[in-house]
Order: sequence, then C-alpha cells, then structure tokens
Amino acid sequence: MNAPLPVTAVPERGAVTASPAKLQVRALNFYYGRFHALKNINLEIPEKRVTAFIGPSGCGKSTLLRTFNRMYELYPEQRAEGKLLMGSEDILTSKMDVSLIRAKIGMVFQKPTPFPMSIYDNIAFGVRLFENLSRARMDERVEWALTKAALWKEVKDKLNQTGTSLSGGQQQRLCIARGIAVKPEILLLDEPCSALDPISTAKIEELITELKNDYTVVIVTHNMQQAARVSDYTAYMYLGELVEFGETEQIFMKPAKQQTEDYITGRFG
Amino acid sequence: MNTASANSVYRRRRRTNTLMMGLSGAALAFGLFWLTWIIAVLLWEGASALRPSLFTQMTPPPGGDGGLANAIVGSILMAGLGTLIGTPVGILAGTYLAEYGRRGWLAPATRFINDVLLSAPSIVIGLFIYAVYVAQARHFSGWAGSLALSIIVIPVVVRTTDDMLKLVPNSLREAAAALGAPTWKVITMVSYRAARAGIVTGVLLAIARISGETAPLLFTSLNNQFWSTDMNRPMANLPVVIFQFAMSPFPDWQRLAWGGAALITIFVLAVNITARTLFRK
Repeated sequence: MNAPLPVTAVPERGAVTASPAKLQVRALNFYYGRFHALKNINLEIPEKRVTAFIGPSGCGKSTLLRTFNRMYELYPEQRAEGKLLMGSEDILTSKMDVSLIRAKIGMVFQKPTPFPMSIYDNIAFGVRLFENLSRARMDERVEWALTKAALWKEVKDKLNQTGTSLSGGQQQRLCIARGIAVKPEILLLDEPCSALDPISTAKIEELITELKNDYTVVIVTHNMQQAARVSDYTAYMYLGELVEFGETEQIFMKPAKQQTEDYITGRFG
Repeated sequence: MNTASANSVYRRRRRTNTLMMGLSGAALAFGLFWLTWIIAVLLWEGASALRPSLFTQMTPPPGGDGGLANAIVGSILMAGLGTLIGTPVGILAGTYLAEYGRRGWLAPATRFINDVLLSAPSIVIGLFIYAVYVAQARHFSGWAGSLALSIIVIPVVVRTTDDMLKLVPNSLREAAAALGAPTWKVITMVSYRAARAGIVTGVLLAIARISGETAPLLFTSLNNQFWSTDMNRPMANLPVVIFQFAMSPFPDWQRLAWGGAALITIFVLAVNITARTLFRK
C-alpha cells in the first residue's frame, strides 16, 4: 500500500473501454433480521470505472454498498449470504481481518462525518492505522489527499482547526480526502452529495471523475442526472432486486427493460 | 378560515401561554428563593469561621481554639481515592454498556442494576462496607471510607458514560470503522473524543456528590480528632465533623461546623460551574 498507484490513461467520456471486474457479486442475499432486503444479486463492478446504483428509496442500493466493506457486521441482526469476490478472495467469508478489507475498500457516507479532531488528524487517523510514517512523510500524505479532494487550498492554513469547523461541502470533501489517504483500491460513496449545495456537488462530481484514474468507484445516488454525469456503468435496482445493469449511456438512452425506462423518465409509480 | 374564530382561538392560546409562563416563573422563584436563602445563611454563618486557622489547625476539644485541617485533608484523601477507584470502573462499565452491549441480556440487566445502585440510600452503602470490610478488619479506616465513596461514584459515572456515548452518532463509528479501525480504536479515538466533555462532567458531578456524603463515612472511616494521613486508621472528614460539631452544645464547635458546611458548598458550587462550562464547549 506504500507504492503510489499507477496513473492510467483517462478514457474518453462516452467511449467506455472494457475493464476487468474488480468486484464480483454472486448470488448475494441480504437480511435485516427477517426482512429479505437483497434478492439474489449478480453483478460485476469494473475496475477503475465509476459504477452508479440508482433506484427508489428502500430499493437496497445502500444495503448493497454496505455489504462491500462488511459494514453491516457492526449490527448483529444483519447478515449476508452469497459470494463477493475481490480477485480470488471472497470478502464475505474471508479469514482476512475485516479491518484490512475495509482499508482496501473505503467508504464515504451520506452525511459528512468529520471526527472530533483537527483537520490534519482527520486525514492522518486512517493512515496511522496501517502505516508508520515520519512526520514529514505524513505531512506529504495529508497534503496529497487534501489536494486530491480539492480541499487543500481552502484549509492549508488551518490544518490544526477541528474538522467540524468546516462548511458542509468542505466536511464532505474532508471525508473523501480521509478515505483516499489510506490509498484504498475501491471507494464506496453512499449518496455523497445529498446534503450539499450545487457548487459543492459540482466539485465532488469533478473529483469523482478524477478519482477513477486510480480507484474503482461505486456511488449510490438519488440524483439521476448525477448518475448520468459521473458514472460509466449504472445499475437500476427495485425492491431488493437488480433490474438492469449496463453502460450508463445504454441504461439512459435505450434501457432494455420497461421498468428502468419508466424510472429514468420519471413515469415511475 | 373565519377571522373571528381564528382570533378567539388565538386569544385563548395567548391566555394559556401567559398563565403557564406565570406558573413557570413562580415555580422558578420558589426554587430560587430557598436556594439563595440556604446559600446566604451558610455564607453568613460560615463567614466568621472562614479564617486561615480553619485550614491550618486541627479540630479542637470543646472550648479550645482550632480549625478543620485534618478533616479537610481527610476529605480530600478519601474523596480523591474514591474517585480514583470509581472512575475507571465506571467508565469501562459504561463503555461496555454503550459500545458492546448491543446483543444479549447482560447489558440491559447491568443497566437496570446500575440504576438501582444509583438511587440506593448512601447509608446502605455505608452499612455494606461496614459489614464486609470494617467488621472483618475490626477497625474503622480511611480505606473503608474511600471504598464506600467509590461505590457511590461508580453508578453515576456508568450512567453518564453510557448516556454520553449513546449520544455519539453511529455514523461517526461507521466512518471510523470504514477506514479499517478496529473497535477499540474506534472507541478510544473517536467515541471518547466525541463524548469527552460529557464523561468528564459525569466524573465532576460524582465528585460533587461524594464530597458531602456523611452516612457512608459514619460507618467506615468514622472520624479522627488528630492529624492522620494513614489510610489504615480512622480518618477525619468534613461531613462527619460537621455532623458531630453541629449537634454539639458548644458554640465554637457549632461555628466550625458552619465553616465546614460553607466550605463544602463553595467546593460543590465550583465543581458544578466547572462541569457546566466544560459541557457548554
């Protein structure tokens, strides 16, 4: 994880080149207690692309996202069945420490969640969990992550202030910076812009496009324009089932299923 | 909507509001009246006893001149040790309840027993330590007093730690876990930091609570007329000295009791104000 990630060529918008699967979801079922929330999901998340999950509230898109880093394990009544392959490793049954899995698969949440510590420590927190960096190397890493998240210019003179002193949009970019500072392979974004104003949203969308050079990004969003703008692949979900999955352009221009078309054109329900 | 009826509804609401505001104000004035009276009497009566000799001289025999030095030091020692024992136990137990006690029956049962302990009469706690320690060791001691006080500290700290940690949003824990932090790191680095002011407030309130407790010390440390910092022997302390001196027929003892009472009140007031300013930050 110490080596800088290789920079690959940016594919042109619209011309999605085929990419190997980073995550393979196989016959995934998920339960909240007795409630069957995800029904037999099969899906391949392509590497170094942005994949968007869309669908009405309660369709299971956030639930699906939360299985990818086993976040559901914090709650005893939730469980998942099936396979979730990253390479040859099954994330769901892996003997690997769940902390290590989460270090490889970062997550940013709907509401900004800055830790009650300085901006600097917010970024350094995750890094210190797995790496022993000198002060100078840590400074570099913090600057690198904040620059990536398009926040460095705004906070470079107040790194010692608490993270909670920032505005909502800045807090969310801080959380994204925190997520990429540990250099994960996959970044999960759970409605990252739903609490933000249009300007902050635009900044974060730019950032997402930037991030796919190095990371595999999965984003859950309620905003279909957003999915259309930032993603290469889109999955439409409804009532715990994956209705349709494909290249974003195909999903939005000529969806294969009537149900998808109804949702996308706003004739849903 | 009919304007006239809206007006009558509005007027009735205003009348109710005025009436309720008046009642609330009266209740406030009633409470404040007694409180200021208590503090005024304490300061008035205690002022003549608040002299330097109060802090330098020992508790005197009847008719003699003296202060409360041994009782003040005894109180500080026992309340300090009681807090030192009770705080870690309380914080750890509260952490268990809030952070680990999601499943099973153990946490709800512990929480219930803790609430019972929280409201247990302190004299019962004194008698308990008397039975299990003092009666076995066959002498009163500062240790026994500290132990009794720590048993009063524990449930207060458990309760506030539990409550304050439960106020920390789960999204914060998830965010830390999502970075790959193990549970203990999430708790120590994130939950504790977020709840710090509340937990410290709980400890301060526990200190305020035990610094005036008389009953548990009556059966455990008893009292000591002389200077002693030996925790293995009976130990002087402010509440018991106040109790003994205030009940006595000697005017100079009574004056010292007033002085001690004023001292405790001022201390508790200071602790409460500290707790409040901490919590506001």
